[in-house]
Amino acid sequence: MLANIAMLADLQLFPVAASEQAGPIDSLYWFLTVVSGIMTVLIFVAIVIFAWKYQRRPGVKATQIEGSTKLELTWSILPFLIMLIFFWWGARIFFAAQNPPKNAMEVFVTGKQWMWKVQYPDGSREINALHVPVGQPVKLTMASEDVIHSFSIPAFRVRHDVVPGHYDTLWFTATKAGRYHLFCTEYCGNEHANMIGWVDAMEPREYARWASGGGGGGDLASQGQQLFQQNGCSTCHLLDAQGRCPNLRGLYNKPVDLADGRTVTADDAYIRESILDPNAKITAGFEANIMPNFKGQLSEENVIQLIAYIKSLSPTTPASQQGSRLQRPVVIAPTAKKPPAAAAQAPRQ
Amino acid sequence: MATIAPTHGTPELAENRVNYLNVEHGWKSWLFTTDHKRIAVLYLISITLMFFVGGLMAVLFRINLLEPEGIFAPETYNRLFSAHGIIMVFFFLVPSIPATLANFLIPIMVGAKDLAFPRINLLSWYIYVIGAFLTLYAVIRGGVDTGWTFYAPYSSTYSNSYVLAAAFGVFTAGFSSILTGLNFIVTVHKMRAPGMTWSRLPLFVWSNYATGLIQVLGTPVLAITLLLLAFERIAHVGIFDPNIGGDPILFQHLFWFYSHPAVYIMILPGMGVISEIVSCFSQKRIFGYNFVAFSSMAIAVLSFVVWGHHMFVTGESMYTSLAFSFLSFMVAVPSAIKVFNWTATMYKGSISFDTPMLYAFGFIGLFTIGGLTGLYLAALGTDVATHGTYFIVAHFHYVMVGGMVMAFVGGLHFWWPKITGRMYPESWAKFAALIIFIGFNLTFFPQFILGYLGMPRRYHAYPPEFQALNVLSSAGASILGVGYVIPMVYLLWSLKYGKKAGPNPYNAKGLEWTIPSPPTTFNFDVTPVVTEEAYNYGELEEIVG
Amino acid sequence: MAEALVPAGQEEAAAEETHLRHHFATPEQQMDASTLGMWTFLITEVLFFGGMFTAYAIYRNMYPGAFASTSRYMDVVLGGTNTAVLICSSLTMALSVRAAQLSRRKDVIRFLILTMIFGTAFLVIKGFEYHSKWVEHLVPGFNFSYEPVYYQQHAQILFFLYFCMTGMHALHMIVGLGLLTYLLVQSWRGVFHSNYYSPVEMIGLYWHFVDIVWIFLFPLLYLIGHRG
Repeated sequence: MLANIAMLADLQLFPVAASEQAGPIDSLYWFLTVVSGIMTVLIFVAIVIFAWKYQRRPGVKATQIEGSTKLELTWSILPFLIMLIFFWWGARIFFAAQNPPKNAMEVFVTGKQWMWKVQYPDGSREINALHVPVGQPVKLTMASEDVIHSFSIPAFRVRHDVVPGHYDTLWFTATKAGRYHLFCTEYCGNEHANMIGWVDAMEPREYARWASGGGGGGDLASQGQQLFQQNGCSTCHLLDAQGRCPNLRGLYNKPVDLADGRTVTADDAYIRESILDPNAKITAGFEANIMPNFKGQLSEENVIQLIAYIKSLSPTTPASQQGSRLQRPVVIAPTAKKPPAAAAQAPRQ
Repeated sequence: MATIAPTHGTPELAENRVNYLNVEHGWKSWLFTTDHKRIAVLYLISITLMFFVGGLMAVLFRINLLEPEGIFAPETYNRLFSAHGIIMVFFFLVPSIPATLANFLIPIMVGAKDLAFPRINLLSWYIYVIGAFLTLYAVIRGGVDTGWTFYAPYSSTYSNSYVLAAAFGVFTAGFSSILTGLNFIVTVHKMRAPGMTWSRLPLFVWSNYATGLIQVLGTPVLAITLLLLAFERIAHVGIFDPNIGGDPILFQHLFWFYSHPAVYIMILPGMGVISEIVSCFSQKRIFGYNFVAFSSMAIAVLSFVVWGHHMFVTGESMYTSLAFSFLSFMVAVPSAIKVFNWTATMYKGSISFDTPMLYAFGFIGLFTIGGLTGLYLAALGTDVATHGTYFIVAHFHYVMVGGMVMAFVGGLHFWWPKITGRMYPESWAKFAALIIFIGFNLTFFPQFILGYLGMPRRYHAYPPEFQALNVLSSAGASILGVGYVIPMVYLLWSLKYGKKAGPNPYNAKGLEWTIPSPPTTFNFDVTPVVTEEAYNYGELEEIVG
Repeated sequence: MAEALVPAGQEEAAAEETHLRHHFATPEQQMDASTLGMWTFLITEVLFFGGMFTAYAIYRNMYPGAFASTSRYMDVVLGGTNTAVLICSSLTMALSVRAAQLSRRKDVIRFLILTMIFGTAFLVIKGFEYHSKWVEHLVPGFNFSYEPVYYQQHAQILFFLYFCMTGMHALHMIVGLGLLTYLLVQSWRGVFHSNYYSPVEMIGLYWHFVDIVWIFLFPLLYLIGHRG
């Protein structure tokens, strides 16, 4: 019993809101709750009044009523209009959440039965933990090694499925420092409930201190460069001349003409596919079946490293996305465009 | 149809009268019957068994959730919730009202001697039983752990459980559902008695007709989806597993193309039951008959174009999401129309509070909450925050359990005298209705709060701060469980000791109340000729507005 | 007890002749009900096959190269022959229904036998095709190997769909042949005549439906991207 009381003492009824995304969603949530509450109360009150006022009495007969087209139209059109508001409001929030801002810091997440692996552009890694600075938009690029997972941070009101074979993205801006739950919300097998972790939102200064303590091994792009050498990619993908395979310098985010006449953009998804299944899309002017299939040879984390390397070969890519050697971009004020020099020079091992 | 005075007393000679129950004896007369009423009883027994099996699973996993770390092994928990979902959805909710009450009542309500295809009707029961055995076999051999949604590639490649047996069980049961729907469609089109025009059909018939359309159009897609899944699991060819070239999103599209309409298979018949009950216990015409009938059809049509709202956070294009969000709001309008019309039907009625009416009150209240919380999930912004959490679990249990099960139990009480010739004990029944209502709300209301707090569904363990609400929910589940056992006991008791019922114990309208309780094998001695609209409880006196 | 309620005498004889079941008022009502039931059933069949056609359309779009490369393994001659065989069987089926409506018992039997011969011929030819797929190691999940290797995985999906679709179709043909056998026995016993022919017509509808499915399968699987 005592335990129960203690349990009730820390009973929480509404989640903390710790991101820029949470505010608008909570507003819509409360709006929906208020409107639904009014509707429910109206119907309950009507039922109670009718049940009491028109309860069966001897000698009193029901008054037969056919119906009323006017009333029917009223209670069809009015809810419809209210729903249009819900629809419009919900869609606005959703659309605003689609495209991450340009200055978003990039983090890579790989879901795997049953853990979340996190990679930062500077090459450091974590499992079931994510550290983000407050006030800085963070874009997550997510992949799955096996089944469908879903990445969710309730305190930020963000969630996206992580479907194998795709890159899924998600972004948020934390507003309140603290420790928040990170859940997998798509059933993924036995230990689904243990595919959880913590998100640490830190004040920028603290975050910079934390980030400076990371491990060695070079940043993501240089890890990718190593893989590029080890797997023999560099023998065909020459960087200074045209080899048997396309030159990757300046490729990232550029249009590519394909052998079958289509044109695609060389984004993350395209590069991932070209590594794992090279013959799916053949660049015009090159032969199929030269590059081996790397599916099963490289993990999703390796692919992310390779993509970071290929990105770093494109000088026009914004610094924040290059995974450059410097650091994770740390911004003190959310509006600042450039990382302050102090943070930029945070020593890394 | 002469008005039959309420005959609460014991009708004379009823004991000696031949009816569909005592016309033949022995198990063969049941297993080879083609009488829709006997098949309905066979179905009633089978789905009740499945309901209690599925319910037992629910009680067990609610016990597990008393402790944040869980009590059972995760394997056990996952198999329990999966079996609960599969059994409750495919072997209880989908056939619940159509295969039992509607099977019993539709031919009588339209003035026919039987459904259009009596042997197919029997066949559908056998198919159901085979499907049920396959699924129970999977559960007994060690269970299936994919959830009722069978999401690929988990189900096709990764799961180490009896996925094939369960999938074949569901696949098989699907055909029983198709055959039931087909029988209803043809019966309503072709078997109506003279004078029974479409605008005179009871609303229960309308809603089951709409259900039949969904069953016939949706279920085959589920069948082929499960078949492809099974083949992928056997042959390891990539249809849904992306590691071997497939597309897991295709599975979700195909699955929800059936399974969202299936949600309406599960609720439309319940809405039909409520229309009958509200009208009878208000002794009043249903308010806006045309709108209620039309809204059933609108729901059936719209139900086929909203499936994409299950994939708002799966990476479907945002314009696709936009369209599906809009259509999902649309389907809420006809549901709202029904609620308003039931409420308006009570206005200036002569309302009595018999047990079926209590269930109707419960249905309207809980379905309203279930429906309105659906709007949170149709709105793109809030769906992101609630998707895959207990909010969804609470939402669909308010619709499925608060709605459909309430309607099923209410309808079962309402027509119990017609089916068995005996009345249920009124005070016990009222008591049980109250217990079920309390237990239900205690179980599922905390889950809305848990959901928005972020507790994901299908977790065998959870962070300790969610414990209080989970304990509340589990406590409610035990009350709910008891609530369902009480009717089981007194309804069985009433078979022998219940008060004998006359043909029309509630002074209700409709062809089923013009014939004896229980009816004879061919329902009507003379084909009835219908000369008036449904729910003609008296002369029209007032037209509002 | 069912019999006890059927009116005796002349009506009974009429009911006997038209095989009117107890719960129908008139033979017309019974016929209407069967027809609507059959059409409804065929609609469910359309949706059943529709799931596979959807999968086909999506993967064809995802893997155009691999799918196109499989066309050289599809035997257009055998497929075309089968198309012709099925069209002929539809004709004889229609003639058989016509003969039943006109009470020409011998013609009914003759055309039913012809239809069954065509149906069997189709399955035999299909069997040869399946056999050659086995020999060429094109059965997914069992002995699949494919040249060029880089198309192997995606071509396997096409062959998987090929076997699913044609296999389901063949299964429907086998069920159809069973139904035709039933019709043959019944018409041998002289059951069908101008007042009672709905089983012939219903099974005829089913048979035509199965043919139409093939009319869609043939171009999708054999003709698209065919190069000699």
